Amino acid sequence: MIKPTLHSGEFTYPEGTYFQAGYLTQKNAGWRTARPVLDTNACVGCLQCYLHCPDGTILETDDKKVTFDLDFCKGCGICAKVCPKNAIAMTPERGLSQ
Amino acid sequence: MNTRELSKNEYFFGHKACAGCGGSLAVRIALKVLGDRAVAVLPAGCMSAVGFNFPQLAFANNAIISTFAGTASMMTGILAGLNARGEKDFTVVSFAGDGGTADIGIQALSGAIDRNDDILYICYDNEAYMNTGIQKSSLTPYGARTTTTPPGTVSRGNEFRKKDMLEIVRAQGIPYAATASIGYLQDYMNKVEKASKIHGTKYIHVLAPCPTGWGYATDDTVDIAKAAVDCGVWPLREFENGVYSETPARGGDKAEYLRRQTRFSHLTDEEVGAITGGSL
Ligand SMILES: Cc1ncc(C[n+]2csc(CCOP(=O)(O)OP(=O)(O)O)c2C)c(N)n1
Ligand code: SF4
Ligand code: SF4
Ligand code: SF4
Ligand SMILES: [Mg+2]
Repeated sequence: MIKPTLHSGEFTYPEGTYFQAGYLTQKNAGWRTARPVLDTNACVGCLQCYLHCPDGTILETDDKKVTFDLDFCKGCGICAKVCPKNAIAMTPERGLSQ
Repeated sequence: MNTRELSKNEYFFGHKACAGCGGSLAVRIALKVLGDRAVAVLPAGCMSAVGFNFPQLAFANNAIISTFAGTASMMTGILAGLNARGEKDFTVVSFAGDGGTADIGIQALSGAIDRNDDILYICYDNEAYMNTGIQKSSLTPYGARTTTTPPGTVSRGNEFRKKDMLEIVRAQGIPYAATASIGYLQDYMNKVEKASKIHGTKYIHVLAPCPTGWGYATDDTVDIAKAAVDCGVWPLREFENGVYSETPARGGDKAEYLRRQTRFSHLTDEEVGAITGGSL
Protein backbone atom coordinates (compact mmCIF):
# COMPACT_ATOMS: atom_id res chain seq x y z
CA MET A 1 0.00 0.00 0.00
CA ILE A 2 1.33 3.42 -0.95
CA LYS A 3 0.92 6.02 1.78
CA PRO A 4 3.04 8.70 3.43
CA THR A 5 4.88 7.17 6.39
CA LEU A 6 6.50 8.42 9.58
CA HIS A 7 10.27 8.78 9.72
CA SER A 8 12.37 9.67 12.71
CA GLY A 9 15.93 10.74 13.23
CA GLU A 10 18.29 12.43 10.81
CA PHE A 11 17.57 12.98 7.14
CA THR A 12 19.83 14.07 4.34
CA TYR A 13 19.19 17.58 3.09
CA PRO A 14 18.35 17.59 -0.62
CA GLU A 15 20.65 19.36 -3.08
CA GLY A 16 17.76 21.07 -4.86
CA THR A 17 14.24 22.19 -4.11
CA TYR A 18 12.85 18.69 -3.92
CA PHE A 19 12.48 15.99 -1.30
CA GLN A 20 11.24 12.46 -0.79
CA ALA A 21 7.48 12.10 -1.37
CA GLY A 22 5.30 10.84 1.45
CA TYR A 23 7.80 11.66 4.18
CA LEU A 24 6.17 12.43 7.53
CA THR A 25 7.88 13.50 10.73
CA GLN A 26 4.90 14.30 12.94
CA LYS A 27 1.65 12.68 14.03
CA ASN A 28 -1.60 14.66 14.24
CA ALA A 29 -3.10 12.83 17.22
CA GLY A 30 -2.58 15.78 19.58
CA TRP A 31 -5.10 17.87 17.65
CA ARG A 32 -8.00 15.71 18.68
CA THR A 33 -10.47 16.60 21.44
CA ALA A 34 -12.84 13.74 20.63
CA ARG A 35 -12.15 10.26 19.38
CA PRO A 36 -14.28 8.11 17.05
CA VAL A 37 -15.29 4.87 18.77
CA LEU A 38 -16.92 2.10 16.72
CA ASP A 39 -19.87 -0.04 17.74
CA THR A 40 -18.79 -3.14 15.81
CA ASN A 41 -22.22 -4.73 16.10
CA ALA A 42 -23.87 -1.77 14.41
CA CYS A 43 -21.27 -1.39 11.63
CA VAL A 44 -22.28 -2.95 8.30
CA GLY A 45 -18.98 -2.26 6.52
CA CYS A 46 -20.43 0.13 3.93
CA LEU A 47 -17.21 2.25 4.02
CA GLN A 48 -19.04 5.59 3.85
CA CYS A 49 -16.94 6.77 6.81
CA TYR A 50 -13.71 5.71 5.07
CA LEU A 51 -14.74 7.51 1.87
CA HIS A 52 -15.57 10.81 3.57
CA CYS A 53 -12.69 11.08 6.05
CA PRO A 54 -10.61 14.13 4.99
CA ASP A 55 -7.54 12.60 6.62
CA GLY A 56 -7.75 9.07 5.25
CA THR A 57 -7.48 7.65 8.74
CA ILE A 58 -10.17 4.96 8.48
CA LEU A 59 -9.11 1.47 7.43
CA GLU A 60 -11.16 -1.58 6.55
CA THR A 61 -10.54 -4.60 8.77
CA ASP A 62 -10.46 -8.26 7.72
CA ASP A 63 -13.92 -8.84 9.19
CA LYS A 64 -15.36 -6.08 6.93
CA LYS A 65 -15.64 -3.49 9.68
CA VAL A 66 -13.47 -0.42 10.13
CA THR A 67 -10.73 0.80 12.43
CA PHE A 68 -9.23 4.26 13.04
CA ASP A 69 -5.62 5.36 12.74
CA LEU A 70 -5.50 7.36 15.95
CA ASP A 71 -2.00 8.67 15.19
CA PHE A 72 -3.48 10.82 12.42
CA CYS A 73 -7.23 11.16 13.11
CA LYS A 74 -8.03 14.79 13.99
CA GLY A 75 -11.40 14.03 15.57
CA CYS A 76 -13.48 16.11 13.12
CA GLY A 77 -16.54 13.88 13.56
CA ILE A 78 -17.41 13.65 9.85
CA CYS A 79 -17.26 9.84 9.94
CA ALA A 80 -19.77 9.72 12.79
CA LYS A 81 -22.12 12.06 10.96
CA VAL A 82 -22.03 10.27 7.58
CA CYS A 83 -22.42 6.77 9.05
CA PRO A 84 -25.90 5.52 8.01
CA LYS A 85 -25.98 3.14 10.99
CA ASN A 86 -24.87 5.60 13.68
CA ALA A 87 -22.13 3.11 14.49
CA ILE A 88 -19.51 5.73 15.39
CA ALA A 89 -19.64 7.75 18.62
CA MET A 90 -17.40 10.76 19.12
CA THR A 91 -16.06 10.34 22.64
CA PRO A 92 -14.22 13.13 24.49
CA GLU A 93 -10.48 12.43 24.67
CA ARG A 94 -10.27 13.61 28.27
CA GLY A 95 -10.25 10.55 30.46
CA LEU A 96 -9.53 8.10 27.63
CA SER A 97 -6.26 6.19 27.72
CA GLN A 98 -3.84 7.19 24.95
CA MET B 1 -15.41 3.61 -9.97
CA ASN B 2 -17.19 3.09 -6.64
CA THR B 3 -15.89 3.19 -3.07
CA ARG B 4 -14.68 -0.42 -3.11
CA GLU B 5 -12.96 -0.03 -6.48
CA LEU B 6 -11.17 3.10 -5.33
CA SER B 7 -7.46 2.65 -4.64
CA LYS B 8 -6.67 1.80 -1.02
CA ASN B 9 -3.52 3.89 -1.35
CA GLU B 10 -3.52 7.22 0.42
CA TYR B 11 -1.67 9.85 -1.60
CA PHE B 12 -2.55 12.81 0.63
CA PHE B 13 -2.08 11.77 4.22
CA GLY B 14 -0.66 13.25 7.40
CA HIS B 15 -1.34 16.77 6.11
CA LYS B 16 -1.91 19.74 8.40
CA ALA B 17 -5.34 20.89 7.16
CA CYS B 18 -7.81 21.90 9.87
CA ALA B 19 -9.99 19.09 11.21
CA GLY B 20 -12.95 18.67 8.87
CA CYS B 21 -11.34 20.47 5.91
CA GLY B 22 -13.36 20.02 2.71
CA GLY B 23 -10.45 20.92 0.44
CA SER B 24 -8.30 18.12 1.79
CA LEU B 25 -11.10 15.63 1.12
CA ALA B 26 -11.31 16.86 -2.50
CA VAL B 27 -7.56 16.37 -2.96
CA ARG B 28 -7.50 12.98 -1.22
CA ILE B 29 -10.34 11.52 -3.29
CA ALA B 30 -9.16 12.87 -6.66
CA LEU B 31 -5.69 11.38 -6.12
CA LYS B 32 -7.21 8.03 -5.16
CA VAL B 33 -9.11 8.07 -8.46
CA LEU B 34 -6.06 9.09 -10.51
CA GLY B 35 -3.51 6.83 -8.81
CA ASP B 36 0.31 6.68 -8.76
CA ARG B 37 0.80 8.35 -12.12
CA ALA B 38 -0.78 11.66 -11.15
CA VAL B 39 1.59 14.60 -10.98
CA ALA B 40 0.01 17.28 -8.78
CA VAL B 41 0.58 21.02 -9.11
CA LEU B 42 -0.48 23.23 -6.21
CA PRO B 43 -0.19 27.01 -6.13
CA ALA B 44 0.03 28.95 -2.87
CA GLY B 45 -3.06 28.21 -0.80
CA CYS B 46 -4.24 25.96 1.98
CA MET B 47 -3.60 22.68 0.21
CA SER B 48 0.03 23.47 -0.55
CA ALA B 49 0.53 25.03 2.87
CA VAL B 50 -0.76 21.93 4.66
CA GLY B 51 0.87 19.43 2.31
CA PHE B 52 4.45 20.68 2.03
CA ASN B 53 6.07 21.44 5.40
CA PHE B 54 9.69 20.48 4.83
CA PRO B 55 10.84 17.90 5.74
CA GLN B 56 7.28 16.70 6.11
CA LEU B 57 5.73 15.99 2.67
CA ALA B 58 2.18 14.71 2.85
CA PHE B 59 1.92 13.75 -0.85
CA ALA B 60 2.91 10.19 -1.75
CA ASN B 61 2.83 10.95 -5.48
CA ASN B 62 4.88 13.53 -7.33
CA ALA B 63 3.69 16.98 -6.30
CA ILE B 64 5.04 20.48 -6.66
CA ILE B 65 4.17 24.01 -5.56
CA SER B 66 3.74 26.46 -8.44
CA THR B 67 3.85 30.22 -8.45
CA PHE B 68 0.48 31.57 -7.39
CA ALA B 69 -0.38 32.92 -10.84
CA GLY B 70 1.23 30.11 -12.79
CA THR B 71 -0.59 26.89 -11.89
CA ALA B 72 -1.72 26.10 -15.42
CA SER B 73 1.54 27.19 -17.06
CA MET B 74 3.51 24.93 -14.73
CA MET B 75 1.12 22.11 -15.67
CA THR B 76 1.91 22.81 -19.32
CA GLY B 77 5.62 22.65 -18.55
CA ILE B 78 5.33 19.36 -16.69
CA LEU B 79 3.26 17.93 -19.52
CA ALA B 80 5.90 18.97 -22.06
CA GLY B 81 8.69 17.54 -19.90
CA LEU B 82 7.00 14.19 -19.38
CA ASN B 83 6.15 13.97 -23.09
CA ALA B 84 9.78 14.76 -23.98
CA ARG B 85 10.87 11.90 -21.74
CA GLY B 86 8.47 9.59 -23.54
CA GLU B 87 6.37 8.97 -20.44
CA LYS B 88 2.92 7.47 -21.00
CA ASP B 89 -0.27 7.09 -18.92
CA PHE B 90 0.13 9.95 -16.51
CA THR B 91 -2.19 12.76 -15.45
CA VAL B 92 -1.04 16.29 -14.78
CA VAL B 93 -3.55 17.53 -12.23
CA SER B 94 -3.80 20.72 -10.21
CA PHE B 95 -5.46 21.61 -6.94
CA ALA B 96 -5.83 25.35 -6.95
CA GLY B 97 -8.01 27.42 -4.65
CA ASP B 98 -10.75 29.81 -5.69
CA GLY B 99 -8.44 32.80 -5.35
CA GLY B 100 -5.68 30.97 -7.23
CA THR B 101 -8.12 30.08 -10.00
CA ALA B 102 -10.71 32.80 -10.52
CA ASP B 103 -8.48 35.77 -9.65
CA ILE B 104 -4.75 35.20 -9.72
CA GLY B 105 -4.32 32.18 -12.01
CA ILE B 106 -7.07 32.87 -14.54
CA GLN B 107 -4.70 34.14 -17.23
CA ALA B 108 -2.51 31.03 -17.17
CA LEU B 109 -5.61 28.83 -17.10
CA SER B 110 -7.02 30.66 -20.10
CA GLY B 111 -3.77 30.17 -21.98
CA ALA B 112 -3.75 26.43 -21.32
CA ILE B 113 -7.34 26.12 -22.58
CA ASP B 114 -6.37 28.11 -25.69
CA ARG B 115 -3.65 25.58 -26.44
CA ASN B 116 -5.91 22.70 -25.36
CA ASP B 117 -3.07 21.31 -23.27
CA ASP B 118 -3.77 17.83 -21.93
CA ILE B 119 -4.20 18.71 -18.25
CA LEU B 120 -6.82 18.27 -15.54
CA TYR B 121 -7.30 21.53 -13.67
CA ILE B 122 -9.18 21.08 -10.40
CA CYS B 123 -10.26 24.16 -8.48
CA TYR B 124 -11.23 23.43 -4.87
CA ASP B 125 -13.53 26.25 -3.95
CA ASN B 126 -13.69 27.26 -0.28
CA GLU B 127 -15.01 30.67 -1.35
CA ALA B 128 -12.23 32.90 0.02
CA TYR B 129 -8.47 33.25 0.43
CA MET B 130 -8.40 30.96 3.45
CA ASN B 131 -4.70 30.36 3.88
CA THR B 132 -3.99 34.03 4.52
CA GLY B 133 -6.95 34.49 6.87
CA ILE B 134 -10.26 34.56 4.96
CA GLN B 135 -10.06 37.41 2.46
CA LYS B 136 -12.71 37.83 -0.23
CA SER B 137 -12.06 36.37 -3.69
CA SER B 138 -14.19 36.67 -6.82
CA LEU B 139 -15.73 33.33 -5.82
CA THR B 140 -16.90 34.53 -2.39
CA PRO B 141 -20.70 34.55 -2.39
CA TYR B 142 -22.81 37.66 -1.97
CA GLY B 143 -23.30 38.79 1.61
CA ALA B 144 -20.51 36.69 3.15
CA ARG B 145 -18.36 38.10 5.91
CA THR B 146 -14.65 37.91 5.22
CA THR B 147 -11.81 39.89 6.77
CA THR B 148 -11.85 42.22 3.75
CA THR B 149 -15.65 42.47 3.65
CA PRO B 150 -16.44 42.98 7.34
CA PRO B 151 -20.11 43.67 7.99
CA GLY B 152 -21.01 46.78 9.95
CA THR B 153 -23.48 49.60 9.70
CA VAL B 154 -22.40 50.50 6.17
CA SER B 155 -21.07 47.23 4.71
CA ARG B 156 -23.33 44.19 4.74
CA GLY B 157 -20.54 41.78 3.89
CA ASN B 158 -19.41 40.94 0.36
CA GLU B 159 -21.32 43.14 -2.08
CA PHE B 160 -20.22 41.28 -5.21
CA ARG B 161 -21.63 38.18 -6.83
CA LYS B 162 -19.78 34.89 -7.24
CA LYS B 163 -18.08 34.61 -10.62
CA ASP B 164 -19.30 31.78 -12.87
CA MET B 165 -16.06 29.99 -13.75
CA LEU B 166 -17.82 27.18 -15.60
CA GLU B 167 -19.31 29.65 -18.08
CA ILE B 168 -15.93 31.30 -18.51
CA VAL B 169 -14.05 28.10 -19.40
CA ARG B 170 -17.01 26.93 -21.46
CA ALA B 171 -16.87 30.13 -23.52
CA GLN B 172 -13.33 29.18 -24.50
CA GLY B 173 -14.51 25.88 -25.98
CA ILE B 174 -12.93 23.59 -23.38
CA PRO B 175 -13.53 19.86 -24.11
CA TYR B 176 -14.70 19.08 -20.57
CA ALA B 177 -15.80 21.18 -17.61
CA ALA B 178 -17.88 20.31 -14.57
CA THR B 179 -18.87 21.45 -11.13
CA ALA B 180 -18.86 19.01 -8.23
CA SER B 181 -19.25 18.99 -4.48
CA ILE B 182 -17.53 17.00 -1.77
CA GLY B 183 -21.06 16.37 -0.50
CA TYR B 184 -21.59 14.13 -3.53
CA LEU B 185 -18.35 12.20 -3.73
CA GLN B 186 -19.53 9.51 -6.14
CA ASP B 187 -20.44 12.21 -8.67
CA TYR B 188 -17.06 13.89 -8.08
CA MET B 189 -15.21 10.58 -8.52
CA ASN B 190 -17.09 9.88 -11.76
CA LYS B 191 -16.19 13.31 -13.10
CA VAL B 192 -12.51 13.05 -12.17
CA GLU B 193 -12.31 9.60 -13.75
CA LYS B 194 -14.11 10.70 -16.91
CA ALA B 195 -12.00 13.84 -17.23
CA SER B 196 -8.77 11.88 -16.84
CA LYS B 197 -9.66 9.89 -19.97
CA ILE B 198 -10.44 12.89 -22.17
CA HIS B 199 -7.65 14.44 -24.24
CA GLY B 200 -7.21 18.20 -23.91
CA THR B 201 -7.89 20.66 -21.13
CA LYS B 202 -10.34 19.59 -18.43
CA TYR B 203 -11.69 21.81 -15.68
CA ILE B 204 -13.43 20.56 -12.51
CA HIS B 205 -14.70 23.06 -9.97
CA VAL B 206 -15.41 21.32 -6.67
CA LEU B 207 -17.17 23.04 -3.79
CA ALA B 208 -15.08 22.34 -0.68
CA PRO B 209 -16.53 23.89 2.48
CA CYS B 210 -14.14 25.24 5.11
CA PRO B 211 -15.26 25.06 8.76
CA THR B 212 -12.70 27.68 9.76
CA GLY B 213 -13.70 30.29 7.20
CA TRP B 214 -17.41 29.61 6.91
CA GLY B 215 -18.12 29.19 10.61
CA TYR B 216 -19.73 25.82 11.29
CA ALA B 217 -18.79 22.71 13.29
CA THR B 218 -16.07 20.48 11.81
CA ASP B 219 -18.39 17.48 11.47
CA ASP B 220 -20.77 19.45 9.23
CA THR B 221 -18.50 19.79 6.17
CA VAL B 222 -19.99 16.99 4.07
CA ASP B 223 -23.55 17.83 5.07
CA ILE B 224 -23.16 21.51 4.17
CA ALA B 225 -21.59 20.55 0.83
CA LYS B 226 -24.64 18.35 0.17
CA ALA B 227 -27.06 21.06 1.27
CA ALA B 228 -25.47 23.58 -1.13
CA VAL B 229 -26.29 21.26 -4.02
CA ASP B 230 -29.72 20.22 -2.77
CA CYS B 231 -31.01 23.77 -2.28
CA GLY B 232 -29.70 24.90 -5.66
CA VAL B 233 -26.97 27.28 -4.48
CA TRP B 234 -24.35 25.01 -6.10
CA PRO B 235 -25.86 22.96 -8.96
CA LEU B 236 -23.95 19.96 -10.30
CA ARG B 237 -23.23 20.90 -13.90
CA GLU B 238 -21.33 19.23 -16.70
CA PHE B 239 -20.17 20.44 -20.08
CA GLU B 240 -18.86 17.75 -22.38
CA ASN B 241 -18.09 18.04 -26.10
CA GLY B 242 -20.36 21.04 -26.42
CA VAL B 243 -23.28 19.40 -24.60
CA TYR B 244 -24.43 20.93 -21.33
CA SER B 245 -26.25 19.03 -18.59
CA GLU B 246 -27.26 19.77 -15.04
CA THR B 247 -28.45 17.51 -12.21
CA PRO B 248 -31.78 18.95 -10.99
CA ALA B 249 -31.71 20.33 -7.44
CA ARG B 250 -33.35 17.97 -4.93
CA GLY B 251 -35.00 20.76 -3.06
CA GLY B 252 -33.85 22.28 0.17
CA ASP B 253 -34.05 25.58 1.98
CA LYS B 254 -31.56 28.20 0.77
CA ALA B 255 -32.16 30.35 3.84
CA GLU B 256 -31.40 27.42 6.12
CA TYR B 257 -28.19 26.79 4.19
CA LEU B 258 -27.09 30.39 4.81
CA ARG B 259 -28.16 30.35 8.44
CA ARG B 260 -25.96 27.34 9.21
CA GLN B 261 -22.82 29.43 8.65
CA THR B 262 -21.61 32.29 10.82
CA ARG B 263 -20.18 34.10 7.77
CA PHE B 264 -23.82 35.01 7.01
CA SER B 265 -24.96 35.53 10.62
CA HIS B 266 -25.04 39.35 10.33
CA LEU B 267 -27.69 39.23 7.61
CA THR B 268 -31.21 40.19 8.60
CA ASP B 269 -34.15 37.97 7.68
CA GLU B 270 -35.08 40.52 5.00
CA GLU B 271 -31.57 40.36 3.53
CA VAL B 272 -31.58 36.56 3.57
CA GLY B 273 -35.00 36.64 1.92
CA ALA B 274 -33.75 39.01 -0.76
CA ILE B 275 -30.72 36.80 -1.44
CA THR B 276 -32.67 33.54 -1.63
CA GLY B 277 -35.42 35.22 -3.63
CA GLY B 278 -32.86 36.35 -6.18
CA SER B 279 -33.36 40.10 -5.81
CA LEU B 280 -29.94 40.70 -4.22
C1 LIG C 1 1.92 36.12 -5.70
C2 LIG C 1 1.41 35.84 -4.33
N1 LIG C 1 0.51 36.66 -3.76
C3 LIG C 1 0.03 36.41 -2.55
C4 LIG C 1 0.44 35.29 -1.86
C5 LIG C 1 -0.11 35.04 -0.46
N2 LIG C 1 -1.06 33.95 -0.42
C6 LIG C 1 -0.68 32.69 -0.13
S1 LIG C 1 -1.94 31.60 -0.03
C7 LIG C 1 -3.06 32.83 -0.35
C8 LIG C 1 -4.54 32.52 -0.35
C9 LIG C 1 -4.97 31.58 -1.41
O1 LIG C 1 -6.37 31.53 -1.53
P1 LIG C 1 -7.05 30.45 -2.42
O2 LIG C 1 -6.41 30.38 -3.73
O3 LIG C 1 -8.52 30.66 -2.42
O4 LIG C 1 -6.69 29.08 -1.65
P2 LIG C 1 -7.08 28.71 -0.13
O5 LIG C 1 -5.98 29.21 0.74
O6 LIG C 1 -8.39 29.35 0.17
O7 LIG C 1 -7.17 27.24 -0.11
C10 LIG C 1 -2.41 34.06 -0.54
C11 LIG C 1 -3.10 35.33 -0.80
C12 LIG C 1 1.38 34.44 -2.47
N3 LIG C 1 1.82 33.32 -1.87
N4 LIG C 1 1.86 34.73 -3.71
S1 SF4 D 1 -20.14 4.24 7.76
FE1 SF4 D 1 -20.80 3.23 9.66
S2 SF4 D 1 -21.65 1.26 8.99
FE2 SF4 D 1 -20.47 2.07 7.27
S3 SF4 D 1 -18.43 1.15 7.54
FE3 SF4 D 1 -18.38 3.15 8.57
S4 SF4 D 1 -18.91 2.69 10.70
FE4 SF4 D 1 -19.49 0.89 9.48
S1 SF4 E 1 -13.02 11.89 13.21
FE1 SF4 E 1 -12.54 12.86 11.22
S2 SF4 E 1 -10.33 12.47 10.97
FE2 SF4 E 1 -11.04 11.04 12.55
S3 SF4 E 1 -11.56 9.18 11.44
FE3 SF4 E 1 -13.45 10.37 11.62
S4 SF4 E 1 -13.55 11.53 9.71
FE4 SF4 E 1 -11.45 10.81 9.93
S1 SF4 F 1 -8.67 27.13 6.59
FE1 SF4 F 1 -10.31 25.97 5.61
S2 SF4 F 1 -9.52 25.30 3.61
FE2 SF4 F 1 -7.77 25.94 4.90
S3 SF4 F 1 -7.04 24.04 5.84
FE3 SF4 F 1 -8.48 25.00 7.28
S4 SF4 F 1 -10.48 24.09 6.79
FE4 SF4 F 1 -9.10 23.65 5.06
MG1 LIG G 1 -9.90 29.67 -1.19
